[in-house]
Amino acid sequence: MSNLFNIDIVNPEQSFLSKDNVFEVVIPAVEGEIGILKDHIPIISFLKPGIIRVFSASEEQSFYVEDGIVEFKDNTLSVLTSSIFDLKDADKNFVSESISSAEAELSKDNIDDQKRFLLNHKVEVLKSISIN
Amino acid sequence: MPSLDDLRKRITSVKSTQKITKAMKMVAAAKLRKAQENAEKGRPYSEKMNNVILNLSKSITDKENAPKLLVGTGEEKVHLCIVLTADRGLCGGFNTNIIKKAKSYFEKIISENKTLKIITVGSKGYDQLKRQYKSYIVENISFKESKNINYFDADKVGKIIIEKFEKNEFDVCAIFYNKFKNVITQIPQEQQIVPLNENKDDKDDSGNDNDYEFEPDEDEILSNLLPKNISTQIFKAMLENSASEQGSRMTAMDNATRNAGELVDRLTIEYNRSRQAAITKELIEIISGAESL
Repeated sequence: MSNLFNIDIVNPEQSFLSKDNVFEVVIPAVEGEIGILKDHIPIISFLKPGIIRVFSASEEQSFYVEDGIVEFKDNTLSVLTSSIFDLKDADKNFVSESISSAEAELSKDNIDDQKRFLLNHKVEVLKSISIN
Repeated sequence: MPSLDDLRKRITSVKSTQKITKAMKMVAAAKLRKAQENAEKGRPYSEKMNNVILNLSKSITDKENAPKLLVGTGEEKVHLCIVLTADRGLCGGFNTNIIKKAKSYFEKIISENKTLKIITVGSKGYDQLKRQYKSYIVENISFKESKNINYFDADKVGKIIIEKFEKNEFDVCAIFYNKFKNVITQIPQEQQIVPLNENKDDKDDSGNDNDYEFEPDEDEILSNLLPKNISTQIFKAMLENSASEQGSRMTAMDNATRNAGELVDRLTIEYNRSRQAAITKELIEIISGAESL
């Protein structure tokens, strides 16, 4: 029995990644990380800034996402996101720019707690990327 | 009767126009291919988004407390219309068709004594609508600087819409754009995006027996998802529009090139005739002059 399933990552402009041989995907869902294996029950959730890790037989890929929606159904995981990049091609300048813009946003007074939480988290994740 | 010189000048001028239209046609053809590719690439996203929303809205039982973006405000007094057009002309009936469609909708709204608000995206739409509907236009957005259609721009429009909705500035929102069918046919579309028309594209109910797990709960996901959906719909419309614009321009320029060719042929015949007539006239003059000696 194979324990593989499909993953589709799409952003508005194009289909970003499509594989049919992954056995585990870890997604940064808004209430905590979720690891998805084959035959997971149908689930819809959305993402917070974080790293999607895709494990397939031959390799492991990591992507940074800022937000998005995930749907798992019939052994297909669909990730809809408007901001994603492969950690391998992470652009140092872009990352540090994102950090400073998020920090600037944080220093404003008029943001609510949820947003503050998301931004803090985003800064954290981005910083961990720039260290590697 | 124009002189030979005049005719020659006209022929050259038509020929250079033909060169321009031909070049424009080729450019449009190249751009069309890219735009079409982009439109196709963008389709999975909006389809998936639609699916998720469909599944979500099915599982919402408490219709009363559902997010207003989905079910509406319960009234339909103020209509907001987003008219998406091109920034450039010379593309046949492309802009006019959208405007025509939009105008008939405007008239309906006005005759029903409802309030109309217009947002134009693209400068051509604004140019055409400002004469008649100036007082209704609340915003005029143009993305002339952006080379390509990108999601970022669509998101900007989406955010404006959400902001207005949250301030209760409108009840119903519709977008107008051209749907790309093929190079010769573009269909002007009117699509309602707030509240969401659920029965519009009825998918088969195969997904109905699928009980989803939601994290967090349905309401929260929906309220997060619906604003995104608006941007997605706008983005889709923009992609379709850009493919349509190039297709329309290509057809229009193809026609123009052909017409210019016909004109050149006609003028050349006329030119040759008058040249011949002039020669004959000269000959007659010479012969009759020689005879009279």
